Amino acid sequence: MSKEIEAIQDPGLPAHKLRQTDIDPKAADRAERQVAILFLLSALSTVLFIFSYFFISTETFIFIPLMGEQNAHQLFLGLGLAFSLLFIGLGAVHWAKTLMPDHEVIAHRHEFRSPDSDREDFIKVAKEGAAAAGLGRRSLIKRSMGLALGLVGLSPIFLLRDLGPTPGDELKKTSWKAGTRLVTDPGDRPIRPEDLEVGAVAQTLPELAPGKDHRTLNDIGKDAVLLIRLRPEEFNLDAERLSWTYQGIIAFSKICSHMGCAVALYEQQTKHLLCPCHQSTFDVTRAAKVIFGPAARPLPQLAITVDGEGYLVAQAPFNEPVGPSFWERSA
Amino acid sequence: MSARERIAGNVANYVDERTGAAAWMKKNLQKVFPDHWSFMLGEIALYSFIILLLSGTFLTFWFDPSMREVVYEGSYEPLNGLKMSAAYASTLDISFEVRGGLLMRQIHHWAALIFMAAIVVHLLRVYFTGAFRKPREFNWIIGIGLLTLGIVEGFLGYSLPDDLLSGTGIRIAEAIIQAIPVVGSYLAYFAFGGAFPGEVFIPRIYTVHILLLPGIFLALITVHLMLVWYQKHTQYPGPGRTEKNVVGYPLLPIYMAKAGGFFFIVFGVTALLGAVASINPIWLYGPYTPGQISAGSQPDWYMGWLDGLVRMAPPIEPVIFGYTLSLNILIPGLIIPGILFTGMALYPFIEQWITGDKREHHLLDRPRNVPNRTALGVMSLTFMLIALINGGNDIIATHFDLSINQIMWFSRIGIIVLPPIAFIVTKRICLSLQRADRELVLHGRETGRLVMMPSGEFVEVHEPISPEKAWLLTQHEQNAPLELADSDARGVRRPGLLKSKLRKRLSVAHAEQVAKPTVADLKEIEHH
Repeated sequence: MSKEIEAIQDPGLPAHKLRQTDIDPKAADRAERQVAILFLLSALSTVLFIFSYFFISTETFIFIPLMGEQNAHQLFLGLGLAFSLLFIGLGAVHWAKTLMPDHEVIAHRHEFRSPDSDREDFIKVAKEGAAAAGLGRRSLIKRSMGLALGLVGLSPIFLLRDLGPTPGDELKKTSWKAGTRLVTDPGDRPIRPEDLEVGAVAQTLPELAPGKDHRTLNDIGKDAVLLIRLRPEEFNLDAERLSWTYQGIIAFSKICSHMGCAVALYEQQTKHLLCPCHQSTFDVTRAAKVIFGPAARPLPQLAITVDGEGYLVAQAPFNEPVGPSFWERSA
Repeated sequence: MSARERIAGNVANYVDERTGAAAWMKKNLQKVFPDHWSFMLGEIALYSFIILLLSGTFLTFWFDPSMREVVYEGSYEPLNGLKMSAAYASTLDISFEVRGGLLMRQIHHWAALIFMAAIVVHLLRVYFTGAFRKPREFNWIIGIGLLTLGIVEGFLGYSLPDDLLSGTGIRIAEAIIQAIPVVGSYLAYFAFGGAFPGEVFIPRIYTVHILLLPGIFLALITVHLMLVWYQKHTQYPGPGRTEKNVVGYPLLPIYMAKAGGFFFIVFGVTALLGAVASINPIWLYGPYTPGQISAGSQPDWYMGWLDGLVRMAPPIEPVIFGYTLSLNILIPGLIIPGILFTGMALYPFIEQWITGDKREHHLLDRPRNVPNRTALGVMSLTFMLIALINGGNDIIATHFDLSINQIMWFSRIGIIVLPPIAFIVTKRICLSLQRADRELVLHGRETGRLVMMPSGEFVEVHEPISPEKAWLLTQHEQNAPLELADSDARGVRRPGLLKSKLRKRLSVAHAEQVAKPTVADLKEIEHH
């Protein structure tokens, strides 16, 4: 207790201070008028809202300093709604602060813990209930019920099974086959090596299989390929990878080996490919080796050559799965 | 009695005879709420939620959650004739054909950002003032649940329009699912109904976004508010405010007017933002296709820290017994967020274990008076802030002409080095503030008046502070660390010694403080 005595004492709640509106009826009247004006401004704003809805065409644009060209319909509709709401709020708060009684009130708290007698009674009731049901004695019921409840919880898991097919080896396959032509995206035109200047980049897809007139996004999500043309001497590749290029043209999967974004930023000076999502950076001259960022694998390289008509084609399918990693990827 | 009073009386009588509500209403209409600006943060979250429900319902009337391919033929010329999903086309229609549609879309998006911001700032307020302490642990956990679900709900929401930016976000989410060991590719195939992006994902997340999660939100928010109501609000310390009372204004009329008015203010400000501040202009991004992307792809701010962590992860992806383990995705995408959010949810119990304090607390702490907790909070914030900065590293690099690699390396090193520094600095600042408080109570306020003593010495005149202020600065408890013996009376080492040693060390660190002045100290000063 000695500490309690030594402590500085609580002086108690400070005396209530009267506001101007409490002592001066004129100030109170003024406050009332201010509140009314705020509410009226809200009403006016609703009129603006309705007017804008019907009478300002959605095609009207006006120039507003700092904001530039604005759609007048959207702007005034929004301002009408905003101020109709805002002024109601400001009016209500101003009313509460100036005119409603501002005496602080003290309420008492009670500990949440129930009195001991209640707690004992509760335990007794619970025990009696459990005993009456015979849970403790009839272990056969207890165990079989546990089994039944446990199993019934499994049902939703089964029900959710048909959400989708199993992946099988789909994640490891693309539409690229030996001899598939590379076509421009968009445009679907086959490409000759001479179409690409040194330093150029082209986004390509596999040509549509005969009889197919449509690509799904699922296809594009795996098939997108980036063509880049360098001077052949700029490559720093082993013999096999070099044989996958054609006259300085090298092809990579455009789907990032990290999280599947499109690796779309090519820096001509450094010959780096950059993924805009997480900044993984790949060196084109070294078969898209990762030189920075979170990606752990190079972009898969597509072996290319030209067919009899001189169009670029795939030598073979990708030799590894494209896109982000998954558990069975290397299995 | 006026006619109006008679009607009111009749209505009240009608309701009471059927529900017996009069007693409950009488008590609760006079319920006392303490006043403080920081108590409005949770209110903002609540009101934003209501705005989200209202504006979201409007959007569902026109939004077509389908990935069916359509050809756009609307009034937005640049995209005319383009193939796109019905979801994207209907979002364009809401923006350009439906009167007030763009306004509602922008209000909905702004409200979502404000909702998340309010939740986070409210959480910080609750954390730094110790409002999570007994008996409010349940509400803390519900709050963490709401925060987590809010992040998911927001992500699903901005993914619905199926534009190029949001589709990229879904692609990343798919990669995270796919990276889960053993079952990842199966889970991804189940979620997307086959390969990415498939044709079912948007309709599925639509159901989750507009039905499942809002339902859970409603339930959790209801319990959250009922507990606040039942347990009564915490209050800041001050003269006349104790653990046994709550000082404030009654619900009727003051709080109803203030809180009701505040709802309209929040709605009004959100509508103002929706009117003048463009947000998520999906027509500029174009429809989603996996082969394209826009530079500077950014998630909404509450996802930014997660993206930042993923960006700074080192490229580790071991192949173990022929199976690929994408640690570069799992660690930043699942493991670290899992640890952070679990730790956050468990914090009230951890602190209770450290202090051994099992009493109820209704008076809030001044953050400086609990240096360890405050320092831990600032440390976590520092961690999150660096992650968030790294999430915008491309934007920062282009705006400030920096190299992206430098920012990434700054983040990689900073996220390990800076949080502990933040902890130490914050703790020192808290202790210094305590010392300053002590000085203020003992020596009074510096007046800035210099007086020359007869000896020629200059001194500054100090004025004693008010008793109210003195009370505010000294009302807090200062508890000694736990006394935990390593061995029992007979000198035998206790079981679980390691745990007990850790607890002791934490307890000592937690109790570090500058002794608050007592009356005896004051008297001693007077004698000088």
